[in-house]
Amino acid sequence: MSSSRPDKAAVQSKDYSEAIGGEGRQPVLQQRRYREAAESGRRLGLLRQGATYLMLIGLSLVMLLPFLWMVSTALKPHASVFSIPPEWFPRPWVWRNFVDALTFLGHPVHLYAWNTIVISVLGVAGVLISSSLVAFGFARLEFPGRDTLFVIVLGTMMLPPAVMMVPKFILFRELGWLDTFKPLIVPFWFGAPFHIFLLRQFFLSIPKDLDDAARIDGASSFQIYWHIILPLSKPALATVAIFAFVYHWNDLLEPLIFLSSQENWTLALFLASFQGYMLVPRWNLLMAASTVLVLPLLVLFFFAQRLFIGGITITGMKG
Amino acid sequence: MRKLPWPRRQLRQTIEGYLFIAPWIIGFVLFIAGPVAASLGLSFFEWSLIRPPRFVGAENYVSMFTDDPLFWQSLRVTLIYVAVAVPLQIAFALLLALLLNQKVRMIPIFRTMFYLPSVVGFVAVAVLWQWLYQPELGLINDFLGRVGIEGPAWLISRRWALPAVIGASLWTVGGTMIIFLAGLQNIPRHLFEAAALDGAGEWGQFRHVTLPMLSPVIFFNLILGMIAGFRTFELPLVMTNGGPLNATMFYAVYLYLNAFTFLKMGYAAALAWILLIVIVAVTVVQLRLARHWVYYEFE
Repeated sequence: MSSSRPDKAAVQSKDYSEAIGGEGRQPVLQQRRYREAAESGRRLGLLRQGATYLMLIGLSLVMLLPFLWMVSTALKPHASVFSIPPEWFPRPWVWRNFVDALTFLGHPVHLYAWNTIVISVLGVAGVLISSSLVAFGFARLEFPGRDTLFVIVLGTMMLPPAVMMVPKFILFRELGWLDTFKPLIVPFWFGAPFHIFLLRQFFLSIPKDLDDAARIDGASSFQIYWHIILPLSKPALATVAIFAFVYHWNDLLEPLIFLSSQENWTLALFLASFQGYMLVPRWNLLMAASTVLVLPLLVLFFFAQRLFIGGITITGMKG
Repeated sequence: MRKLPWPRRQLRQTIEGYLFIAPWIIGFVLFIAGPVAASLGLSFFEWSLIRPPRFVGAENYVSMFTDDPLFWQSLRVTLIYVAVAVPLQIAFALLLALLLNQKVRMIPIFRTMFYLPSVVGFVAVAVLWQWLYQPELGLINDFLGRVGIEGPAWLISRRWALPAVIGASLWTVGGTMIIFLAGLQNIPRHLFEAAALDGAGEWGQFRHVTLPMLSPVIFFNLILGMIAGFRTFELPLVMTNGGPLNATMFYAVYLYLNAFTFLKMGYAAALAWILLIVIVAVTVVQLRLARHWVYYEFE
């Protein structure tokens, strides 16, 4: 995608000629002065453009270099990890590090990956179904107490998960759900505040006339939700799905509390506890494991960038 | 308006409305309101999960305030983080957004790169930055060395561990940046043109147009950042495990340790309630202060 905006210098000189209210009408001396001003403005514009590029590139490197360093370390032989100054190119490339990292001390990492996928997919399904129903209620129906309840939804976003941690642990202990995936999945089938908020904002932007017309034709609220609102909200739903997926994929707190036996672990839990097994950190293996955790997310981001960025923009809207 | 008897349609919508939001109501009672209330009750007990709970009155709160230096330390660390890291994150995200709002080429590519670190999650960020912060082998001290600065021991140093965590958190401001970018693009052009005609330069336009017009967005990001600040958990847990010598003992980490390492469930519940009160207090203060600096166009 390339930006089709005109470049800065052109815009500025156009502004200047507009500002002087059309040439020809001005006395000659004044015209010259304006032309000089425009000229220096153009030069300043170029300078400014250069500085902008310099900062954009510099900051891009800050964002990008750690990733490159991660992959480079992941491919290095153990000895060259410790070379000073650091070497950027692994010699030779040790692909085996990935195998070693993923079978470290007999850890069944493929199982962790599978667990992570199961939890993420079931969590995403729950978030999508429940949050869209709830958001529909808040956005498209009118009933007493609605706005107060929605304020409570927003308020609950402020609660750190740590605050509910202890009673939730006790609740799931009583239910016999500890060390199963249920505590990580079931709560997400009851609507997640952030996603309710995001979907409500999106639903509000759909013209209300559509509902009214459908109601005159005898459609029920559920039919309006299912046949009108959901099909029109595919981008928002995809955004919610992606955010929820990324959340579950990365979450550490809940797996840490609710999962104990190793065969139930997730990838994030594995990576977080990886170094605990080593006396001297084996950075190449750690970086290989990090790469495995991060890579699916980076791929997802490259393919669905629009949804990530569009989704965040929805939350910033007023309403 | 006069009160009219409710037409049937309204009654029906009310019933339907509550049916639609029923999942959230049930979830709210079971997983939020219930636990928060239970926390309050639990905070008056001593309970190790192994023996039955024992009522101790306000003892948990008393010993927290009088007899637990780590409680104060974790509160201090978290408040410093919220007071320092959050404004830095906002300033940095605003800088990134201003750059992306310039009329130069290849903006979409730069935007992708600026957002990239925000996708990867705190566990991976923590492990990666731990590696970058290594005193001798790390990339950061290598760069500092090249410009003639001898870098500190970062995560192993009592003094530099918290700044190091704050530094790593600056890497993941992509979400804040995108919200700023949307806010910047919503500012009507004619305001800048009018300011320029009145003789405002680049800085004057930023100071008198951009900042006031953006103040609701800044406030929104400030609240979001503050919420995220108080829940900071993964980054310190994985990077430093609260150390060295509790220099990065964040409140959420301390709460977690009390509950699941020391098995002091009642005490952890009391900590949770104090955190809740602190957050409510800070939010109320923010809302009060906002009246003085947040500018709403339509008021």
